[in-house]
Amino acid sequence: MSKIEGCGCNEAASQNKIKMSTSGVSIMSSMDKMPPCGTETAGPTSAYEKPGYRLCSYVDRFIDTDAGPVPIIKPKLQTEDLFATFFVRCGIGRHSYTIAPGLYGIGNPDKNSEVLVTANFKLSFDHLRKELSNINAWILVLDTKGINVWCAAGKGTFSTNELVKRIKTSSLEKIVDHKRVIVPQLGATGVSARDVKKQSGFRVVYGPVRAKDIPAFLKNNNTADKTMRQVTFSLYERFILTPVEIQMVLKPALIFALALFIISGFGPGIFSFSGALERGLSAFFALLTGIISGAFVTPVLLPYIPSRHFALKGIISGSVFALLFLLLSASTIQGISGFIALFLFSVTISSYLAMNFTGTTPFTSPSGVEKEMKRFIPVQLASLVISFGLWIYSAF
Amino acid sequence: METLRYLDDVSTLALDQEKCLGCGLCTEVCPQAVFEMRGNKAHIVDFNACMECGACVNNCPSGAISVSPGVG
Repeated sequence: MSKIEGCGCNEAASQNKIKMSTSGVSIMSSMDKMPPCGTETAGPTSAYEKPGYRLCSYVDRFIDTDAGPVPIIKPKLQTEDLFATFFVRCGIGRHSYTIAPGLYGIGNPDKNSEVLVTANFKLSFDHLRKELSNINAWILVLDTKGINVWCAAGKGTFSTNELVKRIKTSSLEKIVDHKRVIVPQLGATGVSARDVKKQSGFRVVYGPVRAKDIPAFLKNNNTADKTMRQVTFSLYERFILTPVEIQMVLKPALIFALALFIISGFGPGIFSFSGALERGLSAFFALLTGIISGAFVTPVLLPYIPSRHFALKGIISGSVFALLFLLLSASTIQGISGFIALFLFSVTISSYLAMNFTGTTPFTSPSGVEKEMKRFIPVQLASLVISFGLWIYSAF
Repeated sequence: METLRYLDDVSTLALDQEKCLGCGLCTEVCPQAVFEMRGNKAHIVDFNACMECGACVNNCPSGAISVSPGVG
């Protein structure tokens, strides 16, 4: 994946960490107009090659503007983009999935074309360009440290300052004759239209929430209807987020599992390895059940599980799954106390992870989350302690 | 969002209608359709949908809107 990380994109303006690699780059200096070897003809980008830079696969060609050459990108995603998307959705390398900030173009942009602003998270960039197949526009990529527009706006990297800075460094006033930039609506959390205008002279027009509505937005004289302005959280949108939810709990879960095996070894003979293994395995599966319920089932079935409290949603789905698991493995668990211990444990994990999902959804308020946490963390902690106590007790 | 709702009566959103200039930018930037323009003033029509993202506060030209969540 090193091809994608920190690509230089032949952009002189990008001061970002550019992976310097001279391998595979044929250098053609302008003084040395030698005919190319063999029958190969020079591509449309060859004149823009630079030693140490490699062309990004999504760049189609370059065009010369009053502010220098600008890369024109392809609207069509390639196989490698789709593979990379898959990995990033699974949480692999998602923190370094970036493109160089600066100005790009798509189609045949000219002095009257609109300027669409986005983040330098490659997934955001891909989302945008794949919707622009028949559109001529400029794309101004802000440096959000590889974070998507909404999260970056909340964190303050997709900001008034960054937008003003990019408008200046890319000499936007030489690129277009008008004075407006289209900022994704969700960027409004970090951008003040009034301040951008004051500091750069450019007027901010808030575009739709979703990139797929941009063609309709542009056609409609830069106006968005009500549905374009509201966020959604459909089954697919929830499902696609779950791999990262699960990936994030893997490490703490591993530590938890280790603790479970140790605790499971306590018994009449102080510590037994066979007990640790046998009982530990039961506890491990209770943990797994809780993770599946809290980090996968609850997020996917979110609107169908009763209660508005995520922690309670996690308790409800966790109870169903814990009961199913315990009934299936009843023969291996001794006594009612062991049964209750594993039930409580599994439900607690589910409740905690479901509550954790509030940080991923597009409709939970920080004040609400705070209220929920104050109420449910003590309950979850108490339940965890009781379940551990009962689990040890059940071995005697 | 109509189908997915979070807790009621928790948001710290406040609108001072006296200060509202009627530009309507809050209705444009809010991702939850909390505001609506009635006459020349913005109105909060769905208080409990507010997720305290701060987009309205950031873009209100007269400082009529405030939201002050804690650390979250």
